[in-house]
Amino acid sequence: MIRVVRAEWRKLRRPTLFLGTIGAALFFTGLFTSLLFLLIDSPNGNSDPSNPISREMLASSRGSVIGFSNVGGLLGIIAYCVFAAQTAQEYTYGTLRNLLVRQPGRLRLLAGKLISMKLFALVMVLISGVVSVALAYFLAPGAKVERTLWFTADGWSQIIHTYVNVSISVVGFGILGMIMGLLLRSPISSIAIGVLWILIIENLLGAVKSSTLDWLPGNQLNVIAMGGTPQVSYSHGMTFAAIYIGVGALVASVLFSRRDVAN
Amino acid sequence: MPAQEIALSVQDLSKKYDSRFAVSHATFEVPLGSICGFVGPNGAGKTTTIRMLLGLISPTGGTGQILGHSISDPDEYLKHVGAMIEGPAFYPALSGAENLHVLATLGGFSHDRVAQVLATVGLADRAQSKFKTYSLGMKQRLGIAAALLPEPKILILDEPTNGLDPEGIQEIRDLLRGLAEKGTTVFVSSHLLSELEIISDYIVMLRKGEVVFAGPIQELFEAQQPFMLVRTEHVSDLEKVIALAVADGHKAQIKSGVAHIEGPAEWAGILNKKAFEAGIVLTQLSPQMPNLEETFFEMTGDKK
Repeated sequence: MIRVVRAEWRKLRRPTLFLGTIGAALFFTGLFTSLLFLLIDSPNGNSDPSNPISREMLASSRGSVIGFSNVGGLLGIIAYCVFAAQTAQEYTYGTLRNLLVRQPGRLRLLAGKLISMKLFALVMVLISGVVSVALAYFLAPGAKVERTLWFTADGWSQIIHTYVNVSISVVGFGILGMIMGLLLRSPISSIAIGVLWILIIENLLGAVKSSTLDWLPGNQLNVIAMGGTPQVSYSHGMTFAAIYIGVGALVASVLFSRRDVAN
Repeated sequence: MPAQEIALSVQDLSKKYDSRFAVSHATFEVPLGSICGFVGPNGAGKTTTIRMLLGLISPTGGTGQILGHSISDPDEYLKHVGAMIEGPAFYPALSGAENLHVLATLGGFSHDRVAQVLATVGLADRAQSKFKTYSLGMKQRLGIAAALLPEPKILILDEPTNGLDPEGIQEIRDLLRGLAEKGTTVFVSSHLLSELEIISDYIVMLRKGEVVFAGPIQELFEAQQPFMLVRTEHVSDLEKVIALAVADGHKAQIKSGVAHIEGPAEWAGILNKKAFEAGIVLTQLSPQMPNLEETFFEMTGDKK
């Protein structure tokens, strides 16, 4: 298993993929965190209109990581794309046959790839988290946000909780990407369908009928990243996300272990 | 053949897609240390058979063993097998060397092997170039290098000389001969029969998914009739030559202005004498042994 993890890491660490992904993650992290503080007095709000972030909220012990938790969904979409592409490209390049000749245990191969990609996602989340908190720290005085509670014991606890929640959410999105990559065997199809669903279709459905937000998979993972929302509780999001990912992973694993490799 | 002398064998191996057999009840053995040519036209089922041997495709029926292990348990034997299936497949954004390092890491092979195999296939100077910048021939060489990584006991190559220039083909032939001399069993498929005739000492012939011959190449040729090619000064005399041959009990026919007459080389002198007596001037009388391509068409009943 460890050999599979290391082999996959060799592919993930290539500069164009690693730096490109981290760059995209930092762009969104910087944007979301900065807007929270820079637009704090804007009449249009500084965040999702349904969940406005006030100066008092930013001054709370959770204030340092609100920007980080808000960007969790977008970090998840980045992870979705990376996991889907890294999985589906083995089919389009025809490299899966090479991998299976060197590692015939198909589930072992799948598990090793997943562990490696999870590590990649956790590194991305860690870097984004550090940058988000640092950015918030420097922007807070300009926005007249008090930061004395941020690094108390409770503040650190909030930082750790948020890191764990964003990590769970991002890895969840990633696993969905891997499942779609395995099912569709095409990076373009799996990324296009997934991103279209998460960014467009779920938002449209949620806008038309808000009760759909209780069960849409992308929203459950967003809820986990934010530690729960007024509309959907954290435990509800965890339960539904676990069911979606569990069923999807089971179907994809069975297919992967039994399907002929003919390309 | 004693089991300990067999590198790979299949019995009644089949793969059926819908109602069509891609491979139908194939049975053959390949001796250890031999170069075995796996021949047949495109679509004959060569790649499907190789994929079944490597555990990539599940057989519909039948069994197979590689190095004494069942093909249903590829974990047991693939660490001793090097393979290139249906052309080289690598990550375009990685260098040739990095692509091999990925496979060496996955297979648990020494990373020193990467430089060695790249040198073996003549890619040492382009090792750090990205795979997407390689020519077709270089990609093919990298595929062979990947197959050599585990210092294989069995090397399975599917159409390894596709895209190579004549010099490259000669180098690959020499490489395969060298590996066989060191005890590696080479199982190499090609639709170019003339190419395998030169290096193979064992042949498995496949046609429309069925094995039509499996055995030593010499045995194959010995089973075939030698023949001779005859040309005459006047084309109209060819019919007379055919009549002379048939009268002596030899099969004969005219193809493209040349008489093809089955018979041993010793009979050529008798034919020459009879033609002279009949007033026919022979301008060519060449005894021939059938080559692999002709033998294949003879055995399968197909026409060139």
